Amino acid sequence: MAFPNDTIDDELDFSDIEAKYRVEFDDGFDNVIVVDGVPIIDKSKLDKLLAKISKEFSRRGAVIKPDDIFVPWDDHSGKTKGFVFIDLGNADAAAFAASAMHGHPFDSKHTFHINRFSEIERYENMDETYVEPKVEDYRPKEHLRAWLADPHGRDQYVTYRGDDVEIHWHGKPSQCEVAYAKKNWTELYASWSPLGTFFATLFRQGVRLWGGPSWEPQHRFAHPLVKLIDFSPCENYLVTWSHDPITVPANLPQGPEFFSPEDEGNNIAVWDIKSGHLLRTFPTTTYETDDPALKKQMQWPALKWSSDDKFVARATPGQQISVYELPSMGLHDKKSLKIEGVVDFEWCPLGDKDKEDAEKPAEAGKGAKKKENMLAYWTPEVANQPARVTLISFPSRTVLRQKNLFNVTECKLHWQNQGDFLCVKVDRHTKTKKSIFCNLEIFRVREKDFPVEVVELKDPVTDFSWEPKGERFAIVSSNDPNLGSPAPGITIKTDISFYQLDRAKNDFKLLRTLASRTSNTIRWSPRGRHVVLATVGSSTKSELEFWDLDFTSEERREGQNVKEEWGSGIQQLGSADHYGVTDVEWDPSGRYLATSASAWRHTLENGYAIWDFRGQELEKHILDRFKQFIWRPRPRSLLTKEQQRLIRKNLREYSRAFDEEDAAEESNVSAELVAHRKRLVDEWNAWRARCKRDIAEEKRSRGQKLNGEHHEEEKEEIEEWIDEVIEQIEEEVVE
Amino acid sequence: MRLASVDMVGGVGHERSLTQIKFNAEGDLLFSCSKDHIINVWFSHNGERLGTYEGHNGTVWTIDVDSQSRFLVSGSADNELRLWNVSDGKCLFVWEFPTAVKRVAFSDDDERVVCITEQRMGYQGAIRVFNLNRDGDGTNQSQEPEHMFHPIGSKATVCAFTYTPNLVLTGHESGKVALFDVVSGTEVLNNERAHMDIVTDLQLSPDRSYFVTSSKDKTARIHDTKTLRVLKTFTTETPLNSAALAPNKPYVLVGGGQEAMQVTTTSLRQGKFETRFWHKVLEEEVGRVKGHFGPINTIAVHPAGTSYASGGEDGFVRVHHFEESYFKAKPYGDLEIED
Repeated sequence: MAFPNDTIDDELDFSDIEAKYRVEFDDGFDNVIVVDGVPIIDKSKLDKLLAKISKEFSRRGAVIKPDDIFVPWDDHSGKTKGFVFIDLGNADAAAFAASAMHGHPFDSKHTFHINRFSEIERYENMDETYVEPKVEDYRPKEHLRAWLADPHGRDQYVTYRGDDVEIHWHGKPSQCEVAYAKKNWTELYASWSPLGTFFATLFRQGVRLWGGPSWEPQHRFAHPLVKLIDFSPCENYLVTWSHDPITVPANLPQGPEFFSPEDEGNNIAVWDIKSGHLLRTFPTTTYETDDPALKKQMQWPALKWSSDDKFVARATPGQQISVYELPSMGLHDKKSLKIEGVVDFEWCPLGDKDKEDAEKPAEAGKGAKKKENMLAYWTPEVANQPARVTLISFPSRTVLRQKNLFNVTECKLHWQNQGDFLCVKVDRHTKTKKSIFCNLEIFRVREKDFPVEVVELKDPVTDFSWEPKGERFAIVSSNDPNLGSPAPGITIKTDISFYQLDRAKNDFKLLRTLASRTSNTIRWSPRGRHVVLATVGSSTKSELEFWDLDFTSEERREGQNVKEEWGSGIQQLGSADHYGVTDVEWDPSGRYLATSASAWRHTLENGYAIWDFRGQELEKHILDRFKQFIWRPRPRSLLTKEQQRLIRKNLREYSRAFDEEDAAEESNVSAELVAHRKRLVDEWNAWRARCKRDIAEEKRSRGQKLNGEHHEEEKEEIEEWIDEVIEQIEEEVVE
Repeated sequence: MRLASVDMVGGVGHERSLTQIKFNAEGDLLFSCSKDHIINVWFSHNGERLGTYEGHNGTVWTIDVDSQSRFLVSGSADNELRLWNVSDGKCLFVWEFPTAVKRVAFSDDDERVVCITEQRMGYQGAIRVFNLNRDGDGTNQSQEPEHMFHPIGSKATVCAFTYTPNLVLTGHESGKVALFDVVSGTEVLNNERAHMDIVTDLQLSPDRSYFVTSSKDKTARIHDTKTLRVLKTFTTETPLNSAALAPNKPYVLVGGGQEAMQVTTTSLRQGKFETRFWHKVLEEEVGRVKGHFGPINTIAVHPAGTSYASGGEDGFVRVHHFEESYFKAKPYGDLEIED
């Protein structure tokens, strides 16, 4: 067998590769340093000088003897040349001596300048001609929010199936298309940044952000074996976590984008997205208890951001909350909030109005007190101390409100997304600690003195959810005895209740309870009003119920609050079923709902479906190895309240234009489809004609008779005559 | 469009799951074989059982009947290939092999039979072609095959004669579809990527110029016999066990279902055990017929296209007669489609 490779090898020029991977030979001079700036003396003073030099060196930790110094002589003048060579025995010592003694003031006139001997040689070989650095051409960056300018106003979503990641446009049926697709785009999962600007994918090496209409890589963050990521609310920062502590191998490139030796052993890293710089790393904090049963899972996000990206806080359970300032990532006020026993905390989100206020700098300067961030935390019962929920403002650290609670097993803090209300879901136990029930402590944060209202419930609450931008919330409660001991095949019976703030009495009142369901998940539309109740994670039930809470009062949002019967506006719009559903998510416009069955949970009928808000199925795709579906989030609207109201007022005008567009497109689409089908059929018929010819020829060549094959079989008609004797009468006729 | 009504369920015939069913050329008789060792023949119009062919001592994996309804061949897990007289149920001849017979098929001139024997217990998988002696009462057959060869690589699971003599189509465990020359035993042509998983069924068009295959990879595909090019693909959600072509109508019938051993939860969702109808040219699903309460193992369509039968893991053969609307409906308008 011949080896054609040999000939190829001869032809190729490897010099560039050889130069790149050339082995640096150890020239044996690594242990020698060159000291410049030594006083020029004659022979008589040599011993004194050498003694002095070795003393100076030894004082700084680089121990040398006068014998190690070699002094070159100028034979003409009989004096030294002003520099000496020192042999330090090994390369490490030489390196140390060079750094320790460089710039050392020997006396008032002389300062040492030290170079490694091997470096001197390199300087000699250096190219002296100045090469002007190439100025890179300016490349305009793509607009990262280009997708918002879609003429059809479509939303995007990403699907991850097998190794394929696809970004889809979602609109009217004819406008749904794949925007971009890439194989092996991620190794773990994909994620959007909270305002939809970036698309994040995870690899072994770290996180990569993508964006713009052509999905070019935007940033990368080298955190090896990263498992979890979290964006700050304004997309300025990124937090990454890896189970494996950070290690800094010797060959790791240095720079602000990379870990340095002091980061070693930590798990959490905070990055600045715009610059790509690493800001700070943290170790993972876990509960310090000896009881392994109590050892809880790590909380994620481990760092919680205030919604203006100014602060980030981290709780050390039982001890303190540490708040860091951005962008320096320094501990605020150089001390943490020491809170004995603290379990959990949440920042108060900023409402749309708060954000608008913050964007008006003139007003803020006028002394209108800038709103401070707010933080809620809770501490459990310890000894004689009651459990306590505390609201503090930050950075002033003043306590705004405290509430004591008794017989508390667990608290959960739920802020309404505009920061109007805080609901503390308190799981309480009876004195005997045998049964658990639930209280909802609702803080009305926008009012003076933060009035608290308590809603007492008899049953444990498994899910709680505020209506976005609304004054309503929904809870899932259950008195099923199987609750808390999940067994396969058992679906827990639940009740769903809706509550609303009664403006007249200023308290929360029950709107309606939907009894004996199996739903365990509440998903409010991001625009409020519509809500979907889903049964997720059950092997037998997978119902979706679509509800409208303002069915009768179309104009409620306009402020004309028509007096009507309490709770009469609730109406079920539809119900549906998605077998094996694992995830339920509204699109950012609140028009569509996506449900998916992910292969991460089970392998039965994986895939996803998209429904409209009434529960009508628009699309359903059953796809093997389907893993993930996420809508691309949208940033806040740039239109002011006034502009939005104007649009709503003239909605009819706008919709006429859209209706026309729809009609035109519909006829277009059906024409296209008919043409497509016609083409398929024509192709098929042409192929069949070819086939028939081929077979005929084949048979002829074999000398077979071409029987028409169609020996029409005569249909045999079988008539069945059935005689049935109904009655037999014997009559005797007597003549 | 209402597709079909069930007129008969062959319930008493089989005690275990069905493996293959076949109509004869006229379509008046339906043959079925099952894991209970027995072959049954039924009147297809009313489901009355005409008779049985008894003698196999193991699961009967496969059957085929010649175009004159004179001879029936069957292959079984008892390592035997048997030739039967259709009209009186007598066993005419028995061929014995070292391993089980997984598939048999007649050639279009009824002169030859091809069979696949399994690769097991150190024996290579083999494809044998027998020349049938159709003279006399059929008992005078040669024990030796006319041709025999061992396909290399992935095991063959299904086979059939093409319209060209000496060319045999095979489907393999790897998802490969290949053409073999039986005389030389060489692979003339193959499509390694025809399917991504085991090919479970292969049925030819009446003129044998194209064929449909089903696979565990949840797809059914139509291939060109001459080039083995994939012409059409029908993607479903469940592993498929069988696919059949409907004569006179441009439909493909597919059936399957999650295997019992792979179903982790006992959700009896009828949806999985339906016979699904696809438009064979447009690749669009046109309808479904429910009925079985286990996976569908085999489907056959009446040669005149007036009814179809399906055999399930549940042990039932269901014969469905197409309704009037099936023949009248033109779900895609007036498109003339060549058969």
